[in-house]
Amino acid sequence: MTWETVIGLEVHVQLSTRSKIFSGAATAFGAEPNTQACEVDVALPGVLPVLNAAVVEKAVRFGLAVGSTINRRSIFARKNYFYPDLPKGYQISQYEIPVVQHGSIDIVLGDVTKTVRLTRAHLEEDAGKSLHEDFHGMSGIDLNRAGTPLLEIVSEPDMRSAAEAVAYAKALHALVRWLDICDGNMQEGSFRMDANVSVRPAGASALGTRCEIKNLNSFRFLERAIDYEVKRQIDLIAAGGSVRQETRLYDPERDETRAMRSKEDAHDYRYFPDPDLLPLEISEAFLAELGASMPELPAQKRERFTTEYALSAYDANLLTASRELADYFERAAAGLTGQGPKLAANWINGALAAKLNEAAADIGASTITPRALRALIERIADGTVSSKIARDVFDAMWAGEGDADSIIERRGLRQISDGGALERLVEEVIAANGAQVADYRAGKAKAFNALVGQVMKASKGKANPQQVNDILRRKLT
Amino acid sequence: MFQLTIAELSQRLASRQCSSVELARHFLERIARFNAGLNAVITLDAQRTLAAAAAADARIAAGKAVTLTGIPVLHKDIFCARGWRTTCGSRMLENFVAPYDAHVVARLDAAGAVNLGKTNMDEFAMGSSNESSYFGPVRNPWRASLVPGGSSGGSAASIAARLAPAATGTDTGGSIRQPAALCGVCGLKPTYGIASRYGMIAFASSLDQAGPIAKSAHDLALLLNAMVGFDARDSTSLEREPEDYTRALGQPLQGLRIGLPKEFFSAGVQPDVARAIEAAIAEYRRLGANTVEVSLPNMGLSIPVYYVLAPAEASSNLARYDGVRYGHRAAEFGDLTDMYERTRAEGFGAEVRRRIMIGTYVLSHGYYDAYYIKAQKIRRLIAADFAAAFRRCDVIMGPTSPTTAFELGSRTSDPVQMYLSDIYTIAVNLAGLPGLSIPAGFDAAGLPVGLQLIGDYFSEARLLNYAHRFQGATDWHGRMPQAFVE
Repeated sequence: MTWETVIGLEVHVQLSTRSKIFSGAATAFGAEPNTQACEVDVALPGVLPVLNAAVVEKAVRFGLAVGSTINRRSIFARKNYFYPDLPKGYQISQYEIPVVQHGSIDIVLGDVTKTVRLTRAHLEEDAGKSLHEDFHGMSGIDLNRAGTPLLEIVSEPDMRSAAEAVAYAKALHALVRWLDICDGNMQEGSFRMDANVSVRPAGASALGTRCEIKNLNSFRFLERAIDYEVKRQIDLIAAGGSVRQETRLYDPERDETRAMRSKEDAHDYRYFPDPDLLPLEISEAFLAELGASMPELPAQKRERFTTEYALSAYDANLLTASRELADYFERAAAGLTGQGPKLAANWINGALAAKLNEAAADIGASTITPRALRALIERIADGTVSSKIARDVFDAMWAGEGDADSIIERRGLRQISDGGALERLVEEVIAANGAQVADYRAGKAKAFNALVGQVMKASKGKANPQQVNDILRRKLT
Repeated sequence: MFQLTIAELSQRLASRQCSSVELARHFLERIARFNAGLNAVITLDAQRTLAAAAAADARIAAGKAVTLTGIPVLHKDIFCARGWRTTCGSRMLENFVAPYDAHVVARLDAAGAVNLGKTNMDEFAMGSSNESSYFGPVRNPWRASLVPGGSSGGSAASIAARLAPAATGTDTGGSIRQPAALCGVCGLKPTYGIASRYGMIAFASSLDQAGPIAKSAHDLALLLNAMVGFDARDSTSLEREPEDYTRALGQPLQGLRIGLPKEFFSAGVQPDVARAIEAAIAEYRRLGANTVEVSLPNMGLSIPVYYVLAPAEASSNLARYDGVRYGHRAAEFGDLTDMYERTRAEGFGAEVRRRIMIGTYVLSHGYYDAYYIKAQKIRRLIAADFAAAFRRCDVIMGPTSPTTAFELGSRTSDPVQMYLSDIYTIAVNLAGLPGLSIPAGFDAAGLPVGLQLIGDYFSEARLLNYAHRFQGATDWHGRMPQAFVE
């Protein structure tokens, strides 16, 4: 039997605000435990929540970016359950009416573009953190994270493989960073994924029983957890068993998922509207203002890059992985004509990407400014250096040796395009390589390339290769 | 001195006839002398009180005093006050010292009022007799075998016994007005949203509202001026232009239309309570008012609606008392669940546990629509009833409580009987309206009867004037239990 995998993702995106969603305490990561928890976060008697307006703005920006319905009136509800790192004994979340509903995100897999529909995105507060390792026979509680603003983005079960799920998660990750609503730092928990996974016989329309894999904080774990879970479910059904609806945890050490709790022990969260918070109302004016301030989105930018700069879809896709990268490209390509923008794209996606990859850094850490890269491309375009030599100049620029022109001058890398100088070089090579000259004349075409190589070598790579070709061919006939 | 109104005391302070420190000492002495028999005040800190009084004296000397500067105020122990033990009448918070001030406390402090101490109350404000307090029941100054009403029983009893010129209270279903009535003092529950709830320990968030308890309507107005005001830390706090609640005092009542809901005068009212209320209404007629019968057809549902909504909110509001961060924690326990269960079983009294269970039940999956949602719908009908009534009258009057003070222990075994104590007050909270209780005579046993005045939203200034005019024509509010006269 062939099986179809069905996946939906719930992603908790930490909104990058300075203060918490319902209090004035700071959200900065890594502070000493419980130093960023005010009386509201600790849930002292009598304290009350007040919604941080910056959080609403970020949620709405997300909704506008994915074509959602922005509910003009949404409700904060209390999700009641006891846990030591949940100070109030309830989490403030949005239940029946979230701020953002519907919308979709396009994902690109190879040549195929697929649309993943979104169910909703709602605002909620994060809980604190339980620390089980540092205290013998006890647990510690750090409430610094309590009240951190989250946007929980829920997709429809539209993905059919781990690869699609990863592509969706990456597209979402890129988008929230693009919109500057989340720092995207997965190690610090700013982007956490839950995967709902089920399988069904290919062609079936009813969904299989799903399991939810909680708290995946890397794309690799997401992929491996889904792969493991799919195999587990198929094996289970194939062996005559059935899947139990449950929550599971992925253990990266053992590369497996394990049951955490079944549907039967699921909490009754006793949701009800939080009487401490009024309904969240979004005015048309606020929406219009945010709409007008929306940045160009990745899809729009991709489209423009292919038309305005004549880039391939592939290059445009790579360059729009982040807003910083796209901006870098546009600054580097500014004023370049003809093949210039294409060259800029090649350098960024090739040499520069390699350097950044090596340094495990992103574009913001580039030691070469877009303007400096553009200067180098201009020297290639005007024939001052060959592409090959440009690579050496680029390396020197990366190492901080200065701008393209000064490196070319200092190292004497200017391409030799002087006809007289090249004629002399060619004549020397012909004189010194009698055997190859004879081979060429005897019809061995390969010998010609060897002679070009000799000229290039004699010029230390600086000879203009096209001119060398022309002169050599003339001299040998 | 204990018989003087706030305005009179303020005048004496301003003219240096007495100092704030003297005033504070005077009332601390009265508390020392009389509180043992009442159990109305549960936390004193003479050092802090006298320091605040000295600061008030300095402010008076500097010519920067306002009306309340130097006036001692007792706070219901539901209000957090920095550095003060704040228990909410519960073992759960027996040793909790608030690290911050409630907005109401901070505003009174800013006016120069002197925190005299904290008053006893029903545990987490859940009760109508002050018998659910962990610190023991409060006794009614008019007769020690009787309850003072609740939940602000400590504050009301303190004013009745003249242990302070002013006190704060909170009212979720009648918790200011009913004890004010049973103790023969004045108490005002303002429109929901005009006093900040920040720092006021939550019972039922959509109903809780702070208000003053004092000897006269004029004193209530002076206290209200200081207590209310917008607070950005409470999302339900209303941003309004400040009002002077004394501004209408003294206006004539000619042509005032008093609405008398027939539901308030039906069977179930103690006959001599009804007689006292009728006499008070007659007094209003003499002052130029007219009466008109109105109807609040859904009022009978207010108790069941309240006992769905208030426990629902309370069950969630009280979840934070889990023994993890502060408050009581069981000394011995097994695992985490055991810690929660023991802590909460030990820390909460029977009435609080009962309401947490009711609230948990009505919010549970499968019951939420039948109880919570339905109750919310009826709540809107009740508010609509009042809106319809206020198209025909300026104020609604009736008894605050169907009976005068009852015997301690007489209703504790029958919660439903106890809940009926609030039958005339609860609808006002459900609608978010302002309500006022003032003394309006005595029953056959010599116990005070309270007259309730209910106004439309934001009509506090007018309501206070209606009470003030009544108090100009009668002296019920000036009566006090003989045992506390020196």
